[in-house]
Amino acid sequence: MNIEINNIDRKLLMDRSSPGRIGATLPPLDVPKQKLPPNNYLRDNIDLPELSESELVRYFSKLSQFNFSIDHNFYPLGSCTMKYNPKINDEIASMKGLSNLHPLQDESTIQGALKLMFELQESLCEITGMDNISLAPMAGADGELAGMLMTKAYHLSNKNPQRKKILIPDSAHGTNPASAAMAGFEVITLPSDPKGNADIEALKSSVDETLAGLMITLPSTLGLFDTNILDVCKIVHNAGGIVYGDGANLNSLLGRVKLGELGFDIIHSNLHKTFTQPHGGGGPGAGPVIIKKFLSDYLPSPIVKYNQKTNYYSLYSPINTIGKMGAFHGNFGALVRAYSYIKTLGGSGINQISQNAVINANYIRTQLKDYFTLPFDRTCMHEVVLSAKDYKQKYNISALDIAKRLIDYGIHPPTMYFPLIIDEALLIEPTETESKDTLDYFIEVMKTISKEAKDNPELLHNAPHNTPNTRVDEALAARNPNLRWTSSNI
Amino acid sequence: MNPKDLKYSKDHEWIKLQSDNSALIGITEFATDSLGDVVFIELPDVGSKIKQFEKIGEIESVKAVSDIYTPISGEIIEQNTELIDNPELINNSPFEDGWMFKVKNIDSNELTNLMDADEYDKLIED
Repeated sequence: MNIEINNIDRKLLMDRSSPGRIGATLPPLDVPKQKLPPNNYLRDNIDLPELSESELVRYFSKLSQFNFSIDHNFYPLGSCTMKYNPKINDEIASMKGLSNLHPLQDESTIQGALKLMFELQESLCEITGMDNISLAPMAGADGELAGMLMTKAYHLSNKNPQRKKILIPDSAHGTNPASAAMAGFEVITLPSDPKGNADIEALKSSVDETLAGLMITLPSTLGLFDTNILDVCKIVHNAGGIVYGDGANLNSLLGRVKLGELGFDIIHSNLHKTFTQPHGGGGPGAGPVIIKKFLSDYLPSPIVKYNQKTNYYSLYSPINTIGKMGAFHGNFGALVRAYSYIKTLGGSGINQISQNAVINANYIRTQLKDYFTLPFDRTCMHEVVLSAKDYKQKYNISALDIAKRLIDYGIHPPTMYFPLIIDEALLIEPTETESKDTLDYFIEVMKTISKEAKDNPELLHNAPHNTPNTRVDEALAARNPNLRWTSSNI
Repeated sequence: MNPKDLKYSKDHEWIKLQSDNSALIGITEFATDSLGDVVFIELPDVGSKIKQFEKIGEIESVKAVSDIYTPISGEIIEQNTELIDNPELINNSPFEDGWMFKVKNIDSNELTNLMDADEYDKLIED
C-alpha cells in the first residue's frame, strides 16, 4: 500500500481554503436580476472551502488513492464475499436504456427493464429451488425484515397471534436477531453443538405453540454446512413454524444445493455478494426475498408478471402484501448487475462458483491449520474461521494485531471477533475469484506474521506501518468521536 | 485475581453485598479482558425492578456489543454515572471504580445460585 504522503496531503479541504479563491469564473449576468428571498430564509455564515479547480481535483484524487478495494488487492473479509466484480456488469448497467429510466415512466415504455426483472426473478427461483420472489428489498437485512414481516402476516392470517418466538442459532449474522426484533418477535438464541451445527436437543426443547419460526444461515457464519439441517427444518415445521434462510453465503451452494428442497420456506439472497455488485461501506445492495408458494400473497410489492398472450410485462402487488420495502422497484442497478452476472456465467459457470469458493477456503484451512487454532477441524464451505487465542495467551498478540499487520502486506484484514462464539476469531473468505498464486501469497504472509508474533511482537502491536495513518486509537475514537470539521478560528 | 468477598455469575457479573442489604454489581476482569476497550454502556433506570439473570443493559466495546445480565433480583437505586463519560473505568478498575449499579431489596436466597471466587476461577480457566 506504500503511498507517499506529506503534511499538505493531510490537510482537510476546509484547511486548504484561501479567501477569495474560486474554481470557476462566471460570465456576466445577462438576465434580469431577481430579488433574493427574505433575509430570514438566508444565512451568510456557511463555511465553504474556497479553492481552485486543480486543488480540488488533487485533493479528491489523493483521497481516492488511499482507498482499498477489491480492484486493488486481495480482500478476504469473511462473510462479506468481497469477490471480483466483472466490469461487464457495470457496462451493462450503464447502458442508456437502463440507466436513464425514470421510475415513474409508464410500463409500456420500460418493457425491457421489466423483462430483465422478470427473468431475474425466474433465475433466482430456479437457482434456490423456491417458487416465488420479490426483488423489492434494498439489501440483505431489508430482505430479512421482509421475510420476518411475511412470517408475522402469515401467522396472523392463520389466527395464530401467539406465535411470537423466533429461534436464532448463536452462529447467526447479527442482523438476524435485529430483523426479527424489528418485526416485533421475541428472539431466542439457540446454542451450537460441539461440531458447530445447531444443537438438535436444544431446538427440540425450544419449540412449542408460541414458535413463529427459525432464522438460520446455511452455511453458517462458522463457514460450516449444518449437517443437521434436514432435521432442523422438520422439527420447526412439525411445530408449525416457518424456516427462514439467510442466503448471505449462497456462493458456496450455487448449482449444488437448492435451499427450497432442503425445506426452507423463506430465504433472502444478497445479490451484491453472491451475484456481484461493488459493495462495502454499507451499500449499495439488493436482498430479494424468495419464498414457497403458500406465502406468495404476502410478498412485498412490486413484482413483475408476464402475460404470454399479449407478450407484456407489468407490475403487481400481491393481495395481502406486507407493503413496500422502499421507493419504487428496489435497487435497480444492482438487479441489472446480478442479471448480467447470471447470464454471462450460465448454468455451468454458476456451478463453478461454488466449487472454487469451497476449494479455495479449504486450501487456506489445510495450509494454515498448523499455524493457527482451527476451532472446528472439519471440511469448511466458502470461508474458514481461525482463532488467534494461542497467540493472545503466549505472546499477547490479538486477532486485531494480526489483522492490522496484514495491511502492511497489502491484504485487507479478515473479519475479526466474529462469529462471537469463537475467541480471537479471524473469519477468512478468500472467495471464488482468487487464483492459487494469490492464495499462496496470503498463506505465506500469514506464516510470516505467525513468526513475527513470536520474534517481534511490537511490530504487530504497532501495525500497520506502511499506510498514511498508522495504528489509530479505536477506543478513543469511539469514546470521543470527532466527526465534524470546526474552524480553529472559532 | 477475583476478589474473595464477591459472588459471581456464569455471565461474568459480580455482586458485592453492602451492610444495608443493598448490593453493588459490575462485570469481572475476565469479562473486560474479553470485551476489550469499553466505549459505551447502557444501564437500567433508577427505580426499575430487575429479576435475577435477566438482561438489563448493554455494553459496547471496540469489538462487539454484549448484553449485561443481573446476577440478582431487586430494585435499582443508583447507577454509576461516572461510567457514562468514562467507560474506561470498567477496563481499568472492574471490581472497584467500574461498578455499574446498586440494587436494594435483594433476596439473599438467590445468592446460592451464584459462585464464590474459587468456583469462578475454575469456570474461567476452562
